[in-house]
Amino acid sequence: MASQDEQDPRISKISSAIRVIPNFPKPGIMFQDITTLLLDTKAFRDTIDLFVERYGGKDISVVAGIEARGFIFGPPIALAIGAKFVPMRKPNKLPGEVISEEYSLEYGTDIMEMHVGAVQAGERALIIDDLIATGGTLCAAIKLLERVGVHVVECACVIELPELKGRERLGDKPLFVLVSST
Amino acid sequence: MSAYRDKDPRIHGIQSKIRVVPNFPKPGIMFQDITTLLLDPKAFKDTVDLFVERYKGKNISVVAGIEARGFIFGPPIALEIGAKFVPLRKPKKLPGRVISEEYELEYGRDCLEMHLGAVEPGEQALVVDDLIATGGTLCAAMKLLERVGADVVECACVIELPDLKGRERLNGKPLYVLLESH
Repeated sequence: MASQDEQDPRISKISSAIRVIPNFPKPGIMFQDITTLLLDTKAFRDTIDLFVERYGGKDISVVAGIEARGFIFGPPIALAIGAKFVPMRKPNKLPGEVISEEYSLEYGTDIMEMHVGAVQAGERALIIDDLIATGGTLCAAIKLLERVGVHVVECACVIELPELKGRERLGDKPLFVLVSST
Repeated sequence: MSAYRDKDPRIHGIQSKIRVVPNFPKPGIMFQDITTLLLDPKAFKDTVDLFVERYKGKNISVVAGIEARGFIFGPPIALEIGAKFVPLRKPKKLPGRVISEEYELEYGRDCLEMHLGAVEPGEQALVVDDLIATGGTLCAAMKLLERVGADVVECACVIELPDLKGRERLNGKPLYVLLESH
């Protein structure tokens, strides 16, 4: 499911609070800037509420957020639903023992890390990021959690770029987004 | 002022959740790891509550958080006190027009950026980060906000390393921390 079939009335204000910046980080890319959403206190509150309404009371004990914009949306959701927050980071940022997952970029590869012991086998988890494009980063996050026996219930993003087909890259994992941008 | 000295009953629980990792990122440094605090929903909530209780109803309209761990604590505080959240980032991460402030590291220099237009002159602001060490980053953050005419009311961190004298580097701006670590 993408977003509500009858669109929740809060969605249009959230969508209009997102700024599109052409040609960032390189020519041809229309960058979806969520920092303007964070300046609109009601729209930011609504964004969090929409996720909390979906995930509260569903026995989810882990919210994993992807560095760095996943750190903005993940913790408020985790706090509201009573889950722990687990940061998924670029290499060499987490100080303790980590497990690493390599993933493909357009050119080359990158690595995502998670602390060993942050999650237990059998826990139910959400993964949060601001946006899903190709799905490569979310896919790496799913793998990290599944490698330690966690059940990933859903991936949740504010924005989806459907033309990049990230949803398909997640395989059998459901994806929930608030705004679809073409 | 620190809550540690005030001996709020929640402080002990918060302190006990912070993990010290020796020799990270280099030999001799005892790294204060807040990720273990985030794994305890009650202690994480207590951390946020302590800041919210201090700042709610004080007419603060901006919470500025320093990349990346300031992104974890800043937004929940901002949402609870009804302020906007403004991310302060490393160079070239923010997509729109920015102002930049350079600051010194132990070896070399780094740069902190803020979006133009995020903050209006006269707004009252908090700066949030997980930890204050030498105070260089917080100092740069305050300068960015002051350059656009905001009034920095206070800097707020979970942890202070008082031996590094960061408090003195804040040019008289108040600093509020929950814990000290020697």
